[in-house]
Amino acid sequence: MIKLENIHRDFQVGDQTVHALDDINMQISQGEYLSVMGPSGSGKSTLLNLIGLLDHATSGLYFLNDQNITDMDEQQEALTRNKHIGFVFQAFHLIPRLTAQENIELPLLLAGIEPDIRHDKVKKALHSMNLMDRAHHKPDQLSGGQRQRVAIARATITEPSVLLADEPTGNLDQKSGADVIETLESLNERGITLIVVTHDSHLGKRSTRAIKMVDGRIQSDQQNTR
Amino acid sequence: MLTPDIMLYGWKSLKGYRTRTILMLMAMSISVASVLLLTALGEGARRYVTGEFASLGTNMVIVMPGKSETAGMGLSTMMGVTPRDLTLDDARALTRHSAVTRIAPLNIGAVEVSWKNRKREVTILGSTSEILKLRHWELASGQFLPKADWDRATPVCVIGKKIRDEIFGAHAALGQWIRLGENRYRVIGILASEGRSLDVDVEEIVIIPVASAQSLLNTPSLFRILIETKSRESMLSVVDFSIQTIKQRHHDEEDVTVITQDAVIQTFDNILTALTYAVGGIAAISLAVSGILIMNVMLVAVSQRTAEIGLLKALGASSKNILRLILTEAILLSLLGTFVGFIFGLTGCWAIRLALPALQAYPPLWAMLASFIVAISTGLLFSLLPARKASRLDPVFALQGH
Repeated sequence: MIKLENIHRDFQVGDQTVHALDDINMQISQGEYLSVMGPSGSGKSTLLNLIGLLDHATSGLYFLNDQNITDMDEQQEALTRNKHIGFVFQAFHLIPRLTAQENIELPLLLAGIEPDIRHDKVKKALHSMNLMDRAHHKPDQLSGGQRQRVAIARATITEPSVLLADEPTGNLDQKSGADVIETLESLNERGITLIVVTHDSHLGKRSTRAIKMVDGRIQSDQQNTR
Repeated sequence: MLTPDIMLYGWKSLKGYRTRTILMLMAMSISVASVLLLTALGEGARRYVTGEFASLGTNMVIVMPGKSETAGMGLSTMMGVTPRDLTLDDARALTRHSAVTRIAPLNIGAVEVSWKNRKREVTILGSTSEILKLRHWELASGQFLPKADWDRATPVCVIGKKIRDEIFGAHAALGQWIRLGENRYRVIGILASEGRSLDVDVEEIVIIPVASAQSLLNTPSLFRILIETKSRESMLSVVDFSIQTIKQRHHDEEDVTVITQDAVIQTFDNILTALTYAVGGIAAISLAVSGILIMNVMLVAVSQRTAEIGLLKALGASSKNILRLILTEAILLSLLGTFVGFIFGLTGCWAIRLALPALQAYPPLWAMLASFIVAISTGLLFSLLPARKASRLDPVFALQGH
């Protein structure tokens, strides 16, 4: 479902060109659980942003669900992000003035879904994330783990096919981190393609497929046995 | 995005950044309020002045001695000829026109009034019985000048309320004899106080028959001849008739100026309307300046909210969505600012009316419409730049808070 062909991503830093992604070729099937590891600056976040349509390749082809993304205009990209891709960030990125419920609702709001349908979906999401009693709390009234669960609920509210998580446990303690990982994995078990960027080797070992990146290249790509 | 959702989102972000919102609201509403207040003052002044003139009677023609036009080096200036006096006979000649309903010759001077040991300076008005109706004055008590022959110097007088209070105090004034200069006059009436009537304070005058005034002031010359015509339309023919008649009587010398009350009102009306436009314009500029403030604050707001905009993009907002969100926020803010400005402005006008009831300070409709339109459009115009900046943010950098 995700196919990258000869992807390059170059940044211009001063008069130097940095190859954040250097000839990436890979395929990811629906329902895979992938971890991307590597040192800082190895290009793993750039890869994630590129898959999430937040960034564009300097050259190369990217197919998502057999559609060539490189041909899309900004509007179509936005629509694709909304429908097919969910993001979970290290810093949660919840809007502080909105309640948990309103934060979860955002993607549906952007998609122009009618309020009744929105509320039903948000209610279900709150339920499945065990956040029913936190629906009307603002982010600063929630614990780190709860915030990340709100963020996951938001990322999955449009039932995307891919869930992209960039260091999802980076800002959490051990226990809430484990909770969040469990939540993400249970979503993967129900069919969503899960791609996690992490520093945590322990987390990397849990995935079914582990990719190691160094200097913008894929150093190893191996299946894990759990 | 659905329109109500966009509005609600904008509203929530206005509520979320309270200080910023209040600052912008203040800038906007003070400017809007100042437009309303300034134009209301200008309009009130215009109405006050034209109203005062209108209270003198709108169908009024005023004849005054001397030609106000500059004639250059004419024969009269060479010869040093001064204009002829305007006399009672001139006034009498003007009554022949059929459209003249009332006519009042007027003489003005200052003399000392005294009663027993009290005395003060007063303005005396020499006129006839017709001036009461002509100037729309009213009597508080007693009677006005008798309808006698203009040449009869009857020793009677009608006094203003303040003169009555100051000279007579608690004593009854009617029937008393007062001294004006060298002569004695019997008080036959007291004028009702109707406030100032632009040129003369009715409370502080003493009115005597015109012939008495002529002898008291020792001059045959009149200060003015006031003529009331049947209708506004007949004024022009009365003006022509007056000029021609007096020219004839003054040996073909056109040495009087005849103006209509209408022309005076019109002039003041024009001046004050121009003034109102001018102050309204100045206030509108301040409104536009507040637009620049809005732009600055919006730009800061956009950079404050970079991460939020990045997030919205990650969640599937297109550039167009972001543009609409920011612009909607700006419109909401402008609407709110205008609304608050109207409350301030109209309350201010109400306070002015309360403090100065004579000044009917209501903002004119055009000023209200203009301030509304200018406020909304500056709000929108000056938000375009910040909104475009927001919509073009690179989501990856935006999410990192750059």
